[in-house]
Formats: sequence, C-alpha cells, structure tokens
Amino acid sequence: MDAASISMYLEETWATIYMTLISSAISYLIGIPLGVILVVTDKDGIAPCSPVHTVLGVIINIFRSIPFLILLVMVLPLTKLLVGTTLGPKAIIPPLIIASAPYIGRMVESSLKEVSAGVIEAAKSMGASNWQIITKVLIPEAKPSLLVGAAICITTILSYSAMAGFVGGGGLGAIALNYGYYRYKTDIMMVAVVVLVVLVQIIQELWMRLSRATDKRIRS
Amino acid sequence: MAKGDNIIRLVNMGKAFHTSSGDVVALDDINLDIKEGSIQGIIGLSGAGKSTLVRCINYLEIPTSGKVIFEGKSLGDLSDKEVREARRNMGMIFQQFNLLDQRNLLNNVTFPLEIAGVDKKQARERAMELLKMVGLEERVKNYPAQLSGGQKQRVAIARALATNPKVLLCDEATSALDPKTTTQILDLLKKINEEMGVTVIVITHQMSVIEAICDSVAIIDHSHIAESGPVSEVFNNPKTEIGRRLILGDGDADSARPVIFGEGGNKKIRIVFDGHSAHQPIISDMTLSCKIPVNILFANTKEVEGKAVGQMIIELPDKEEDADKIKQYLRTNDIIFEEVD
Repeated sequence: MDAASISMYLEETWATIYMTLISSAISYLIGIPLGVILVVTDKDGIAPCSPVHTVLGVIINIFRSIPFLILLVMVLPLTKLLVGTTLGPKAIIPPLIIASAPYIGRMVESSLKEVSAGVIEAAKSMGASNWQIITKVLIPEAKPSLLVGAAICITTILSYSAMAGFVGGGGLGAIALNYGYYRYKTDIMMVAVVVLVVLVQIIQELWMRLSRATDKRIRS
Repeated sequence: MAKGDNIIRLVNMGKAFHTSSGDVVALDDINLDIKEGSIQGIIGLSGAGKSTLVRCINYLEIPTSGKVIFEGKSLGDLSDKEVREARRNMGMIFQQFNLLDQRNLLNNVTFPLEIAGVDKKQARERAMELLKMVGLEERVKNYPAQLSGGQKQRVAIARALATNPKVLLCDEATSALDPKTTTQILDLLKKINEEMGVTVIVITHQMSVIEAICDSVAIIDHSHIAESGPVSEVFNNPKTEIGRRLILGDGDADSARPVIFGEGGNKKIRIVFDGHSAHQPIISDMTLSCKIPVNILFANTKEVEGKAVGQMIIELPDKEEDADKIKQYLRTNDIIFEEVD
C-alpha cells in the first residue's frame, strides 16, 4: 500500500470517528431528555401525562421508521440551512442526529425503566421532588444500563455514518462505496470494511468495560 | 407536642383505585389515632389494604375521602412542597429495603439530607453517627450488594432516621428476613422508639411482630379496621372473627389454617379462653356436669403478657338437646364460644 492510500485511509477513518462522536454527543443531549420525558409521563411514572407520552411516542416512532438513506435525502435542505453545505462529513451530522436521537430516546427509556419502583418510592418518602428523583435516582441508578445502551447506539451511528458516501459525505463508507462499488476495487473496499469492524469492536468493548467498572451491584 | 398526644389521626379515611374494570375500594372509613411516642401495629392478611394505609399516612397514596392529620395539620390542605416537607418528618422503611445500589452506605444515608439541602459535611457527620448506631460504621464504603438482608435493613433504618423524623413507617420491614434477624431489627426499632422518642408504625402480617414490640394494634380486614386498641386488650379478648383467627388461630396470618379432624356433619363450636379461664379445667368440668362426652378437634394456647389465651374447637353431640345443654353450661359459666363450620 502506498503512502497516498495510507493517508486516505487515515483521513477517512478520522472523518468517520468525527461524524460518529459529534453526532452521538448531540444525539445524547437530545435523547436523554426524550427518554426521561417518556418514563416520567408514563402512566406509572412520577408525573403521569398520557397526552405528552403518546404524542412523543408517535413522533419518535415516525422518525425511527424512516430508512436512514431516505431521511438523509429528505433533510438535505435543513442540512444546508444548519451547516451551510450538503457535502462532506459535516453535512452528514444533522441527518445522523435526527435519525439517532429518537432511537437513543427509546434506549434511555428502557434503561430508566429498569430502576425499581421501590427505590423511587423510597426517594418520594424522603420528600424528593420529581427533578431530584430524575437527577439523583433515575439517571445515577440506571448508569450501568445507560452505558451498555450507549455502546449499541454509538456503533449504530457509526454504521449509519458509512452511508454518508452516498451523498458525498466522506468517511470509510465513502471509500467502500467509491472504490469497491463504482470501480470494482474489492481489496480497497475490504480494508475499509475491516477498519469499520475494528472501530465497532473497540467502541463496544470500551463501553462494556466502563459499564462493568462503574456498576456497584457487582460484588467485588 | 407532648408524649401521649395524637401525632397522626386518620379520620374517615378511604381510598379507591380507578381501574379499567371499575373502582376498587382499598380502604373504607378508617379511623385511627396514633399516639406520639407509641409503637402502633397494623396487621392484616395480604390484600387487606394495610400497605395502602401506610402509604396514605405519608401521602404517597392520596386518600380519596377523609383526612390524614399529622401534627394537627391535614395533609390534604398542604401544597405539594409542604407535603414533601412533612414527609421529611416521617421516615419509611420497606420490605425490599430499597437502597440505592449505586451509592455506598454512607451516601445512602446522606441521601435524604442531600435532598433536604443539608450541608455536605454536616450530612456526613449525621450519617456516620447513624451508621454507628445501627452497628455498620466499619462498612460505610461498602455497597448494598455486599450486605446481607438484615444489614441492608439497618442501613435503610439509618437512612430513614437521617432527617430526624418524628415518625418511622415500617412496611413489612421484617418480612424478607429470617427469624433471628427479624428479632434483631425489632429490637433496634424498639430502641429507636425508647431512646429517640420516635413514633413507630409497624405494618405486618406476622402476629409475632406485633406481640414483640407494639403498644397498640389495629386489625385491618377487607378494607376496614375490624378492631383496634392496646395490644393486651385486643390479644386477650379479640372481638372479631378475623381477630381471633389472627391472634389465636393460625398464628401468622399467611400460614396454613389448622387441620381440623372429624368430617362428621355435627355442629362444631369454638371456645375462646381468656387469661382467666385458661387455667381452669373447663372441658373436664363441662363433661362431668353435663354427663355428655365431647370430641376435641383442635386446641391451641399461647402466652400473651404472661397470661394464657387460647381456643379449642369441639364437636357437639348428635342429639340437639345434648348440644343445647353444653351451650347452656358454657353460657352460665361466662365462657365465650361461637359456632363454626
């Protein structure tokens, strides 16, 4: 492999990591509140509100049912408005967030639901407000499960980011597509795929370790 | 408020739950006064409504009728914020302990103080003091998963007392523990009541728990208070069927009913002995004076506050006149009895 292709791999790997991390971070900023609202407004939540719960649930499901590639094209005008371009890694970030924030909302919801009702009741019996229950009980107690969920979400966002190639977004997906599919250079495509696999493995392993290390329910 | 005043009053309190299959009445017309500094027991079979009752006291469940009066104020008249403040004066412990798994013991006990906005250093000092009282001062850095059930309940007690509450609500606090640990936890509750003057309210289905520590008891049956009063009174002379069943009958409410032999179609009566009559040979005297033999199907005696109380189920003879003779004998001798199936 020559220097030019090595530098291309490095550049596009970085582009993939960049797209994944920025999108994950912003998606979590949106997804955590979504998940919290879903749990809190549920009928056995701490502030039941059926209309909010239902409407939010429907909106989330709509976004989750649009195939990512279609969404990518659908939101092009919005992308242009937000980041000023429809090309390059930056342009893939808005659609990635729109696709993954609802998904993360559902993941957060299921993690928070694992916190036992008894513990929440105990906090209530101590005079905790709903905000205190969310910040001091729900989220900290669900932390190990939230981290496991994060491993799944981030790797999903990584695989979505590979579709950026279709809209000139760059990244490892773009290499696989441009060389492997359009020019029949299977070897170059394979390398890109291997790098993607390695990235997913690293993220998955890292987050699982983090989850285990911070889980105090495990006897040591 | 002086010791002996009513710290909590439940007035015509009721609670109904709305379900898809209609309203379910969990509690109806509950009237109960709980004296400051006492240990009040509330006993009933599962499903009787006792867990709902304790949750109404601190407004985790809001009663659908009547009032809960805590220190002279009706909780229904308070704002949400004031209710939360009132809850800080009522600690609560649970059957499943409900500790925060991701916090160590120290931070579990400081948790209610953190919620109340107490200074961190002060909270730590208070938590250490309480963990010392429950005998876990050497394990403050441990996490709940590293503790036994009894130890977890001790932490829960320390946590419930952190805000210096006037009342401690115990919802089946010993039901998940073995007998030895149960005794230790009950001793601790008694100590807290005596030394700190905390009013303790004990919800249980175990008669032995009431016997061990309570001053007063209320028996809940089918959403109502069947009877209530000082433990000695209720135990010596249970007035209701559920009272007799809980106190004399099967011991713990959830244990199997006694096996009664003799499936004959004859009528059976249950004779209840109070502390006085249990020491007299009632059955012998009865058979001698009536000259009618009876068949004893079941008998059980237990000691309550040094007095023997018990019950006996006997089969009445076939002949109606003989049966009447026996009943007449019991009546003239002031012995309590009732016919049973």
